[in-house]
Amino acid sequence: MRRDKVFDFVEQKRLPFSGRRTVIPGEIDVTHGPILYLENISVSFDGFKALNDLTLYINDGELRCIIGPNGAGKTTMMDVITGKTRPDTGSAYFGQTMDLTRMSEYQIAHAGIGRKFQKPTIFPQHTIFENLELAMAADKRVWPTLFAKINTAQHEKIIEVMDTIGLTELCYERAAQLSHGQKQWLEIGMLLMQNPRVLLVDEPVAGMTHQEMDKTAELLKSLAGKHSVVVVEHDMDFVRSIASTVTVLHEGSVLAEGTMDEVQNNPKVIEVYLGE
Amino acid sequence: MARQPFIVDFLKNDKGGKIFVSILLVTMFVVPALNLLVPADSFFHVPTYTVTLLGKYLSYAMLAIALDLVWGYCGILSLGHAAFFALGGYAMGMYLMRQIGDRGVYGNTELPDFMVFLNWTELPWYWQGFDMFWFAMIMVILVPGLLALVFGWLAFRARVTGVYLSIITQALTYALLLAFFMNELGFGGNNGLTDFKDILGYDLQADTTRVSLFFLSALFLILTYFLCRFIITSKLGRVVVAIRDAEDRTRFIGYKVESFKLWIFVLSAMIAGVAGALFVPQVGIINPGEFSPLNSIELVVWVAIGGRATLYGAALGAVIVNYSKSYLTAAFPEVWLFALGGLFLLVTIFMPKGVIGLWNQMRLKLQGKKQPIAENKIE
Repeated sequence: MRRDKVFDFVEQKRLPFSGRRTVIPGEIDVTHGPILYLENISVSFDGFKALNDLTLYINDGELRCIIGPNGAGKTTMMDVITGKTRPDTGSAYFGQTMDLTRMSEYQIAHAGIGRKFQKPTIFPQHTIFENLELAMAADKRVWPTLFAKINTAQHEKIIEVMDTIGLTELCYERAAQLSHGQKQWLEIGMLLMQNPRVLLVDEPVAGMTHQEMDKTAELLKSLAGKHSVVVVEHDMDFVRSIASTVTVLHEGSVLAEGTMDEVQNNPKVIEVYLGE
Repeated sequence: MARQPFIVDFLKNDKGGKIFVSILLVTMFVVPALNLLVPADSFFHVPTYTVTLLGKYLSYAMLAIALDLVWGYCGILSLGHAAFFALGGYAMGMYLMRQIGDRGVYGNTELPDFMVFLNWTELPWYWQGFDMFWFAMIMVILVPGLLALVFGWLAFRARVTGVYLSIITQALTYALLLAFFMNELGFGGNNGLTDFKDILGYDLQADTTRVSLFFLSALFLILTYFLCRFIITSKLGRVVVAIRDAEDRTRFIGYKVESFKLWIFVLSAMIAGVAGALFVPQVGIINPGEFSPLNSIELVVWVAIGGRATLYGAALGAVIVNYSKSYLTAAFPEVWLFALGGLFLLVTIFMPKGVIGLWNQMRLKLQGKKQPIAENKIE
């Protein structure tokens, strides 16, 4: 079901000269199911095709795992969705109306797509509380930020998220002092503070103990439904423990899609993973 | 949750700031008193020369705080910040030139001497209005601010960062140096602007005027400190540090990083401009030498030696280095540059957080506490 096939053409507002549709901020149109439409996306770096005619849909409220060998284009795909990399060809839409290829990183973040990096990226010199405060959905322009004060509702929200990620006791510690796993959680917590519709989570359990992994799996599962969650992960046990649908990327395009069992028994997938 | 980390009660948790402001307040009243009230032959008399020298250090301290704001907190290593200082100085210098009136060598009421010398017959358009103090003061802030705005807008939008940004800021100040050397530009060329007579009707050579200028320098330094302290303790201050430590993360949680960098850069340039305007009437001259790339690099050394991202550390560094400079260039003129280079090397290797960092370390050791694990990110 391509996005352009389900367009309600009659109602489309178009820009006068380019004929392209306007970006309507704050309006995420998921009436046709998917919240993310990636269609025929290609990205190449110096001749290397990181993404090759990739077409992928993520449904609203879904928990999707994306797996694939190194260099399959997983991170590039996230870069395209979050506006860090512009695709050479193809389109990326958030809902039916928001053209991600024409929005900058901060606009995409405001629209409701949150991203966790592969390497946990937090603000080391700030406390846990401040890390969450900075991420919090708010007016993020310069002057309002200068005079921003935290109100009670926001304070409660921060405490609620701190509870969720289990860092309440470390509230006023500097983030640099956290363990690797705790940093991963803090970063997920920062995503939650943004109230995103879509969470892009790159390798959330890298460097975690088994216990931490179980907790993370629980956390991500509890987030699905309210949010759409896209997880890129290498750890197959972890993927099996959380995912309903798995997408396998290979050489920049989708190789297979289905449940974990279907995917694991797919001969093409076996060939890619086990070698020819 | 009794404690809230975002109280904008500047000095409540700012021990260093309290000490800094107290020292300034005391100096600001005691030094003028010792100059004006104590007889000249007394041991406690502070000569006017010293008062002016101190005033000069204070305007440098203000410049150092301006750089600390962009470098220490936002991680933008500007190697051209002295350019904004010099522009503010030139704006003040232009006012002072117009105040000379017909007391110049050529006795021309309208034109400064150097223009008469160049056979110019009328005042260029960009000199209009500088006979009015208020107009000149607006320009002191506006000109550096505008340059920073245009330059920053181009640089930050193109995502020029790190060493590349440092290099183009050097180029900026060097270009201005060359431009201001040209006589045709109308700023006195090589000689710059000098031979000032009075400011707002007060004789610039009089003790009372000099003491007032010193007093104002101290006052503006305190105000600058309060302003910067307000900014860095605000949420904007936390965003700025976040940009320094993890620029991409800041962008992906929805901040338009370029706008924040631009804002802080422009503000810093304006503060530098005011510092320059306080500097010029005290030293009595402004010439293109102030744009020299070396000045901007020296400025970075002051901040590094004092201690980055503390504000008062930068001010302290400016005073320490400039005092040593005054002493060494008089006592051993040939060693000064080596001393400066050596000082910078020693500080970078042994005290990455400057004098303030060393002090904090020693205090923690005395209290038998462990050193905090978190290290400031070193650019």
